[in-house]
Amino acid sequence: MADASLGLWTVPLAVFGGAIRVSTPFLFVSLGECITERSGRINLGLEGTLVMGAMSAYGISYLSGSPWLGVLAAGITGALFGALHAGICSLPRVNDIAVGIALMLLGTGLAFFLGKPLIEPTAARLPAIDFGWWSDVPQLRAALRINVLFLIGVAIAPLLYWAFKTTRWGLLIRTAGESADAARAMGHSVLLIRLRATMVGGFLAGIGGSFLSLFYPGSWNEGLSSGQGITAVALVIFARWDPMLCLWASLAFGGAAALGPALQSVGITSGYHLFNAAPYILTLAIMIITCSPKRTLTGAPAELSITR
Amino acid sequence: MTTEAAESVEAAGVAPAADPGFLQRYGASIEYILIPGAALVGALAVFGGFVALYGKNPLDLYFYMYYGAFGTAFSWQNTLTRAAPLILTALCTALPAQLGMVIIGGEGALLIGALSATSAALALQGAAPIVVQIAMVIAGMIGGGLWIALSGGLRQYRGVNETISSLLLVYIALAVLNHLVEGPMRDPASLNKPSTREIGAANMIGSIPGTDVHWGLVFGLVAAVAAYILIYHTTFGFAARVAGGNIRAAKIVGLSVGKLIMTVCFLAGGCAGLAGMIEVAAVQGRTNANLAAGYGFTGILVAFLARQNPLAIIPVAILLGGISASGGLLQRRLGLPDASVLVLQGIIFVFVLASDALYGRIGFLKGKS
Repeated sequence: MADASLGLWTVPLAVFGGAIRVSTPFLFVSLGECITERSGRINLGLEGTLVMGAMSAYGISYLSGSPWLGVLAAGITGALFGALHAGICSLPRVNDIAVGIALMLLGTGLAFFLGKPLIEPTAARLPAIDFGWWSDVPQLRAALRINVLFLIGVAIAPLLYWAFKTTRWGLLIRTAGESADAARAMGHSVLLIRLRATMVGGFLAGIGGSFLSLFYPGSWNEGLSSGQGITAVALVIFARWDPMLCLWASLAFGGAAALGPALQSVGITSGYHLFNAAPYILTLAIMIITCSPKRTLTGAPAELSITR
Repeated sequence: MTTEAAESVEAAGVAPAADPGFLQRYGASIEYILIPGAALVGALAVFGGFVALYGKNPLDLYFYMYYGAFGTAFSWQNTLTRAAPLILTALCTALPAQLGMVIIGGEGALLIGALSATSAALALQGAAPIVVQIAMVIAGMIGGGLWIALSGGLRQYRGVNETISSLLLVYIALAVLNHLVEGPMRDPASLNKPSTREIGAANMIGSIPGTDVHWGLVFGLVAAVAAYILIYHTTFGFAARVAGGNIRAAKIVGLSVGKLIMTVCFLAGGCAGLAGMIEVAAVQGRTNANLAAGYGFTGILVAFLARQNPLAIIPVAILLGGISASGGLLQRRLGLPDASVLVLQGIIFVFVLASDALYGRIGFLKGKS
């Protein structure tokens, strides 16, 4: 196939490549948030965690020369933010959604503050695996340059599905999320389960941030995240707290976000911002459809503050 | 605020000997000043420590913060200009809070209010400025009001959580604004910064005579006082507080909870929409992405710090306006990044929320000691 005959095929190709690139942060943040929400708490602060993760990954990668050390640093930063969220929420009468908003402000602020000197230098970036070596169509090769983090994320989703379903840990998290009293009666500390679930969630969200600064778009600046963390939290509701659905929804939302620029490249420029808002509109629509005054969202953990 | 708190503690320490009932009567009110005050002091101390780690003297920091916020007539004007939209966006969270609802979508209502007000002004080009301004106020309030009433209605009639829906609506509002500003409503002359056409210098609301503070501050003060009277001195406000305290009791005594929720949410969104109108008619002169400056999100912090009390919102908004006004000075004199204001706001927010756990737990305020 020659370049000239590609024509309108550039759009689905760009959407496919874009879906994989754009969806990776969605995937990590939504899987992390899925763990946290299944334990009965909602962490809206993951937007701040994402930006903080992006900044620390870029900083550590720049200082050490190893992007993988940066990914690890992003995860640890995220876990610390998760611990902060869980710690404050453990206090009596504290609203977890408000704490999330506070940590969103704090995370973004801290990342911009500490990341000021990182805007200029160039850090070592994450490598990509070239799955398109067999093709000589440059667009296809570009679309098939896939980052390892994406593959890890894709592997985590079924793993998490399995863990929720069959392991002791999964059962404990689900019990804490469905009925705190039942978990307490079994002799477990609900606060401790939620602390761990929020820390793991933060860890994954931090890694999602490292993808932003170390692969795509692949630099650090203050406009790096345009609300991807919030999108991912909405996505968990959209995916009904199911890790496998989180994977498909992340790909779909990534594709929707890639559709705008792809259409722009073939000359359709209007509606770009409306495409970007598609995740929010779809999530709101799914909430309106599945909720009723008598019944909350199906599949939602019963202890979650948004279902009560 | 903190000195006030200190004085009230001293007063509390002396009074029990003379009047043992004093703490029983005023303990709760003292708590409302003492605990947020302590949270604020704690947050400032932590921020000072953070800045010290960064190699700056915390005492310099506190001095420049005070100086940049309240030190000169110029800084006072800067502070009050920023406080005006904060009062209004804080009301957007505080009014529904009376009904036990957590609305965090003030930013979205502000943007929609700004868009509506701008549209009204552009549609009425050529009319007398006072007509245009009144139309802008009405359009801004209706636009913002409907935006938050949508969240309220979804909560009441579909059982959709209002916190999440109002947050999603922020991002939808931002997309609508960007779409209109870069497409149908774009002024072809705005090249680098896509904007709507200007509303015209004659239609701007201008400054309070003798100052550089625009009239938006008066709008904010009037709205806060009106909200206070509505909540604490009318039967409507009483009904709202009853419904917020116990929704079943409210239904049993025959209150129309749906109507209450819709009205309160409309008024709350109207306040944030008015903030958007003010930002257009007093500062920007047109609608563009500059309007998404985070006033809506800081407003949530103001409302929580003021414990959702409309009158307390006024001093808290001035305080937070002062903190953001001092940002420029911190940047110039201490070389701190402009994000330091955001960091401090985040720390304050964390402390204020954590301090919620303290209410009713401070031993000496229970009158036992």
